[in-house]
Amino acid sequence: MRASLAAILFCVSAAALAADAGEIKVVQGSAYLERAGERLALKVGMPVREADVVVTGSNGTVGITFADNSLLSIGPNSNFILERYVFNSTTHVGQFDSRLSKGTLAGVSGKIVKQSPEAMRVHTPSAIMGVRGTEFAVQVGDRH
Amino acid sequence: MAALAVGALIALALLTAKPVETFVVLPSADGHIGTVVVQRGDSRQVLNQPYATSRFGEAEVSRLSPVEVDRTYGATLHSLPDRPASFLLYFVTGTDELTDESKPELDKMLAVMRARPLPDVLVIGHTDTMGDEATNDQLSAQRAERVKGFLIGIGIAGERIRTAGRGERELLVPTADEVDEPKNRRVEINVR
Repeated sequence: MRASLAAILFCVSAAALAADAGEIKVVQGSAYLERAGERLALKVGMPVREADVVVTGSNGTVGITFADNSLLSIGPNSNFILERYVFNSTTHVGQFDSRLSKGTLAGVSGKIVKQSPEAMRVHTPSAIMGVRGTEFAVQVGDRH
Repeated sequence: MAALAVGALIALALLTAKPVETFVVLPSADGHIGTVVVQRGDSRQVLNQPYATSRFGEAEVSRLSPVEVDRTYGATLHSLPDRPASFLLYFVTGTDELTDESKPELDKMLAVMRARPLPDVLVIGHTDTMGDEATNDQLSAQRAERVKGFLIGIGIAGERIRTAGRGERELLVPTADEVDEPKNRRVEINVR
């Protein structure tokens, strides 16, 4: 009985942790987050979850710190999706897939990449970047 | 004639316009150069030099100048969150009392927390190699929970603290299995 209660508590806390991939740390200018079809105003301290979309305007930038200490910042006029984020804080095994369909992105890899090189990937319309470490930037635009 | 030439140039520019997709590796604050791999269909470019750049439609790796990086990515890079800061705390065995050496470390940690707009704290427990892995996973998680309690006790909001237990996976002092090493029985705190 006691064991099953412990198991339930463990599951609850694991689910709560899994839900939050990261946290908004920087917001400047116009930017919002889309979650399940809803448009949410961005604030520092707000959790970021799988399938969240971040959209920035011409003066907007957003900085996110992830559970594994990866950092990302999304520049002006951008559209960013956190497609997949899995991180085990005990083993550091994880998978981090994001997509930049427009705009600029900068990043610093964290514990996921240290454990499994290239487990952090940034997808763009025509390419996939695997990160072995550490700092990088990506731009997606329409024209030269 | 000149107008015609300009028109021709514009037409040429439109015809040759192609998607911009640029990937660049940046030196980190400590000068370390990382590596990224860019896969486009069957082609694979490895970027492992400072400012090495992969562009859509170019078979060769090129290199952006720091000035170009700043022009394109300056505002974006400027919005990267502060780097997570790491602190090590040791407790007097079996107590919630910090060792004398750890007290200044706690002060440094609190100063970093005050300097950040809305810090969150990750408490990571570690063990030495005495005992089996599963037991050490549990022990390290318990150690982290105890330190979370300690941090709440000194006034840090509990909802801003998370814990993790790494067991014996990340030894500070590398040892063989079944070695009693006090330096490995530690709690690391990441302020983010």
